[in-house]
Amino acid sequence: MSEPLKNTLLFVVVGALIVLTGFTQSWNAAILIINMGLISAIMSIGVNLQWGFAGLFNVGVMGFVALGGLAVVLVSTPPTPGAWSGGGYGVILSLLLGAATVVAAVMVAQKMPKGRTQTFAIIGILVVGFFVYRAIFDPNVASIEAIDPAVAGNIGGLNLPVLFAWPAGGLLAAGAAWLIGKTALGLRSDYLAIATLGIAEIIIAVMKNEDWLARGVKNVYGIPRPAPVVGYEVELQQDPSFLARAEWFGLDPVTASTLSVKLGYSLLFLIVLLVLLWMAQMALKSPWGRMMRAIRDNEVAAEAMGKDVTRRHLQIFVLGSAICGIAGAMMTTLDGQLTPGTYNPLRFTFLVWVMVIVGGSGNNFGAVLGAFLIWFLWVQVEPMGLWLMNLITSGMPDGSALKAHLIESAAHMRLFTMGLILLIVLRFSPRGLIPEK
Amino acid sequence: MDFLNALVALSNFVLVPAIAYGSQLALGALGVTLIYGILRFSNFAHGDTMAFGAMIAVMVTWALQAAGVSLGPLPTALLALPFAILGCIVLVLVTDRLVYRFYREQKAKPVILVIVSMGVMFIMNGLVRFIIGPDDQRFSDGARFLIKARDFKAWSGLSEGLAIRTSQVITVVVAVIAVAALFWFLNKTRTGKSMRAYSDNEDLALLSGINPERVVMITWIIVAALATTAGVLYGLDKSFKPFVYFQLLLPIFASAIVGGLGNPLGAIAGGFIIAFSEVTITYAWKKVLTYLAPENLEPSGLVQFLSTDYKFAVSFAILLIVLLFKPTGLFKGKVI
Repeated sequence: MSEPLKNTLLFVVVGALIVLTGFTQSWNAAILIINMGLISAIMSIGVNLQWGFAGLFNVGVMGFVALGGLAVVLVSTPPTPGAWSGGGYGVILSLLLGAATVVAAVMVAQKMPKGRTQTFAIIGILVVGFFVYRAIFDPNVASIEAIDPAVAGNIGGLNLPVLFAWPAGGLLAAGAAWLIGKTALGLRSDYLAIATLGIAEIIIAVMKNEDWLARGVKNVYGIPRPAPVVGYEVELQQDPSFLARAEWFGLDPVTASTLSVKLGYSLLFLIVLLVLLWMAQMALKSPWGRMMRAIRDNEVAAEAMGKDVTRRHLQIFVLGSAICGIAGAMMTTLDGQLTPGTYNPLRFTFLVWVMVIVGGSGNNFGAVLGAFLIWFLWVQVEPMGLWLMNLITSGMPDGSALKAHLIESAAHMRLFTMGLILLIVLRFSPRGLIPEK
Repeated sequence: MDFLNALVALSNFVLVPAIAYGSQLALGALGVTLIYGILRFSNFAHGDTMAFGAMIAVMVTWALQAAGVSLGPLPTALLALPFAILGCIVLVLVTDRLVYRFYREQKAKPVILVIVSMGVMFIMNGLVRFIIGPDDQRFSDGARFLIKARDFKAWSGLSEGLAIRTSQVITVVVAVIAVAALFWFLNKTRTGKSMRAYSDNEDLALLSGINPERVVMITWIIVAALATTAGVLYGLDKSFKPFVYFQLLLPIFASAIVGGLGNPLGAIAGGFIIAFSEVTITYAWKKVLTYLAPENLEPSGLVQFLSTDYKFAVSFAILLIVLLFKPTGLFKGKVI
């Protein structure tokens, strides 16, 4: 079987699985799988850029995804009345002072001659800077959080259309990635992994605790939709022309409106995915992509050829993280809410890694295929596990403790299955379903 | 100014909890560092290995409690510990046989092994959730306190109380025994020496007739014992919750790296450094400072540098500082 034929077939199989979901379960479920599959595919492209192209081991995907979500709140929600005059500027000022403190300490570390005076200067700057920062930060935060805490208590956003938030999410993630990359990329691969794992946890901790920013664990609801394309169910159900079209398809108005909204999202996500896929594909084929792979395969040789390895690594780390940020912003838009408590590294970091490895690291189409396949399994393993458990326990007497436990535990089959798939692929087809050319 | 009361408050809220937490981290970090020294990869599944071992201990404890067996004032979990260690040894040896050995024979790159350990992490996490569920489980019994705050106040006549929990004392005692046994094994026995030789220079060790598979097997056995002990002690001290063990991965790795990956002594030092920094930076110092400061100069705020939710940030910050200034860790570790 020729290479393109095999790859097309793989995509057809995954597509058929999703269509089958539509026929056996519901079309809403199928389109939801497609929507999250599209978002996962974008995350996979980002991770594939870092791992497949450059061999960078980033296990902080969750942090960048969460930053994308934060950008949605900061860009698209309306500003809280009185928050800016009440303390917003003070918070910004204190954050700038905090940043200035760190920059000053780094400058002293680099410029001053080494010795005891330098150490004392650094510690002095940091301690004084910290107390000044807290002195300005704390009262301003308190005044923002005091504004109507049941529904607001945060500084709100810029009230811009939500589509602007997607590139903003990318930018926010890119900024964070630049900071991390600047400090951690000179280190060896294992250290980068631990550093990114830590930074992701810290980003989530900040988003959970800084209520003034995006209400923390109180969550932000009612994020506006990209209205012209997506629309709202209630409005659609009252639109006569929409009702006529729904009748023509033979659907009742409620199902038709929910499907229409989801398909609107699918359309937007598909456009973003295609643009990013095209860009990633062009990058892979370009001299820049060849240089990246050369660095990945032999850093020493590439350095001897005059390539600036650390700078190239920083570049691709920032790009890949930005893509994860865009995907995160899209996901928060799809959910319509930001819930920092639900970010879990197993789901948002390691699952994306499974997607990339199973699909084929180094191959963009592989990453996309892996994303759809693994997301489909992630959603469907639970009902499958329940079915399997019901089958296994069908012979047991009703009311037995073991039977109840097994059926209740079926929900946890997911993680087990994902690990099994990852290990099997790594063992028997280490280059993935669609290997790198 | 009341120096004694300040000292007691400091011990009660900072020193005692930090020593117990540091011992738990040190045991965890020893496991990570041994795997790194002998098998040469960062084992992401370590947190979940701890969870698995602790889970067996929880279940054996329940069985013993149901059978009416107890250790009096000591927690029954100590009796369950050997069984848990055995169970965990079986698990890691089976994992090694089925998963890791293949890549060892292939001489796969370390980063591939890290990704493989990610898969193992998923499976172990799934297993633990499947068997015992994702919720909190309590399994500590016996006397809760060795020294009660009220008794201490009555005995010393101070206004500050000092409470020492049984689990904290047990943690420290067990950790000291485990570490002493480990160092005796590594430094005095033939097998331990062959392990250190293998870690130092693989080729030379092979030339001198050391059997690598045996070294690897013994490493896994020791790691399983350490991980289970750490997991059970942590569970006794706080409570058993599978996801928390996964989250311990970060401070454990931070301890191992700060001390110098591959260096057992460094892992212990790193564990205590991380624990003490986490506790001191997230503790509200108002009480201690109120005793120390002169009249009318007492602090008005809580004097808490960071809220406790940011304890990950502390271990991470220390990790970064050490990596930037001393990439091999405080005690010379390996660099691959």
